[in-house]
Amino acid sequence: MKRPIVELRDIHKNFDGEQALDDLSLDIAEGEFFSLLGPSGCGKTTLLRTIAGFEQPERGTLTLDGKPMEGVQANRRPTNMVFQSYAIFPHLDVARNVGFGLRRSRLSASEKSNAVEEALQMVGLGGFGKRAAHALSGGQRQRVALARALILKPRVLLLDEPMSALDRKLRETMQDELRRLQRQVGITFILVTHDQEEALIMSDRIAVMFDGRIAQVAAPGELYLRPASRRVAQFIGMMSFLPARLRGREIEVDGFGRTDVSERQAPGGLKDGPAEVGIRPEMMSLLSEPPSQGQRAASGRVSEVTYYGDMSYYAVMLDGTDRTVTVSMKNLPGGVTAERGEAVTVSWDPGSLMIF
Amino acid sequence: MATGASRADRTRGRLLVAPPFLFALLLLAVPLTVIVLFSFWSQDFLTLDRTFTLANYREALTDPLYRQLLFRSVWIAATVTAVTVILAYPVAYFLSFHVPPASKGLWLFLITIPFWTSYLIRVFLWKVILGFNGVLNTTLETLGLIDAPLSWVLYNATSVVITLAHAFAPFAILPIFVALERIDRSLIEASRDLGESRLTTFLRVTLPLSMGGIVAAILIVFIPTVGDYITPRLVGGPDGLMIANMIQTQFLRLNNAPMGAALSVLAMLSVGFVAAIVVLGLRRVAGLGR
Ligand SMILES: Nc1ncnc2c1ncn2[C@@H]1O[C@H](COP(=O)(O)OP(=O)(O)O)[C@@H](O)[C@H]1O
Ligand SMILES: [Mg+2]
Repeated sequence: MKRPIVELRDIHKNFDGEQALDDLSLDIAEGEFFSLLGPSGCGKTTLLRTIAGFEQPERGTLTLDGKPMEGVQANRRPTNMVFQSYAIFPHLDVARNVGFGLRRSRLSASEKSNAVEEALQMVGLGGFGKRAAHALSGGQRQRVALARALILKPRVLLLDEPMSALDRKLRETMQDELRRLQRQVGITFILVTHDQEEALIMSDRIAVMFDGRIAQVAAPGELYLRPASRRVAQFIGMMSFLPARLRGREIEVDGFGRTDVSERQAPGGLKDGPAEVGIRPEMMSLLSEPPSQGQRAASGRVSEVTYYGDMSYYAVMLDGTDRTVTVSMKNLPGGVTAERGEAVTVSWDPGSLMIF
Repeated sequence: MATGASRADRTRGRLLVAPPFLFALLLLAVPLTVIVLFSFWSQDFLTLDRTFTLANYREALTDPLYRQLLFRSVWIAATVTAVTVILAYPVAYFLSFHVPPASKGLWLFLITIPFWTSYLIRVFLWKVILGFNGVLNTTLETLGLIDAPLSWVLYNATSVVITLAHAFAPFAILPIFVALERIDRSLIEASRDLGESRLTTFLRVTLPLSMGGIVAAILIVFIPTVGDYITPRLVGGPDGLMIANMIQTQFLRLNNAPMGAALSVLAMLSVGFVAAIVVLGLRRVAGLGR
């Protein structure tokens, strides 16, 4: 791994006794698209603002690009921020908003206006310079905020839930565009989001945060397939949980029966006694015919069907338990479907069980 | 049907605005019309001559006494406005940016306390403070800082400025405070983030965005002070008299209502003129926050 451009060590921050960041350490590599993902109130914004210089941690050190940032004010840090509200200056037109940070540069007036136009073109707003700030739509405001930050060529770009104010279609477009832009300029992006789907789509790596701490840092695929804890597993994607008992390498799962498991399926290690087993919806399927030789299957009854167009989610109450598992099935022509209340057979893959 | 509904709406709208409209008509438009009419008439000892004449205006604009009083009124009001707004801004800024939100209400309340006493009493208070044997002079004398009482602090334009500035301070603080409160704090952070220091952020973001409050404060202080009557009368002395004092003299002492009316109209016009310049000028400045 390249030298980290952002290094956070044992960062502590509390607001009137309430712990917002708790002994948090994190390295972010140069050129990464990095996401901070967690539920609302877990401290993502506080962490981002600490990096930007708007919050001072009580303890711990922050190093940006190899330089310690203690006592360095926000205006002297090699970071720029896209605020959640976009913070477009209402008294300035688009060009002056984008060129705001160029006042201190040594560029001539014409070089500045060229740089502004270039930055506007980069975000797809070429020719918008004369537009008044209040005459912009939500998506355009976001682009202006982006151009205003990128024009200064920061080492790290900080984005605080930039997509949360946009409608779904626009959000998807902007996600694509942001990703493309990041590859194009090669700047390290740190994105704060509470939307796990957004984090999975966009990031090179994701840090999942709970209660001011980092629960796991991993690439999207690894985070999905190898969550480090039950809490992460529950937060990322969908997962069903079943009570189980472990003895050596053998586990007995309510509704599923006995199976052998391996060490790598248990992030916390294999410990004899009660445990909990998690399984993703796409690791199970509804069978139309009896299970084949060696295929593991459980029987149950459909208690809920959720239709998503291309696929459906089936909540299945397993026989002999009071637990449901959620199974996803593609809605293929002639494929298996089930109605609410129908008795079904659910096949499952022992290798995909996670043990917590 | 749609038009029927909108007609009903319009009727209801008219009914709603009718009382304040009549009120305004009675208390504003009628007296104003009367004043304007009077200013084109003339007074012949005890009888009012209702033939149209510009003589009052001619006299008001050529007689150096009237001109001097008018200029002095505008000048004193401008000074009061400048002093008040410049002192009010930091107070409003402190209130908005440095007082914890929970105690802002209390601070605003404290600022309005002087208003619990009448304007007249507050003016008398300044007379007591600034007078020949007043609080200021006796204190300074007791401390041995001066040998004889300062005479330049009362019965002149300075004392008028001090008294009016004090009286109007809350009127200036409140609109500026409101304008500052309305500034999205993330704009200030965005400016810091884009490389500006505290000071340049103030100049490029906070000040232009609070310009609306400053304009309001200027107008709120300037307009009533030009025509202030009590303060120059009580603490002004001969050098501190203003146009309102002369208007009063014309109406009540010299029994020359038309002259007084003409002076009133001229005072109103100068206020309107200066106010228009201020509004247009500062709008311009606010737009140049580059
Ligand atoms: N300025 C502040 N004053 C007091 N508490 C704050 C402040 N900012 C954040 N907090 C608290 O710190 C915690 C983390 O907040 P935040 O970083 O905004 O979370 P997130 O962005 O993940 O939703 C929350 O409990 C929040 O109430
Ligand atoms: Mg947040």
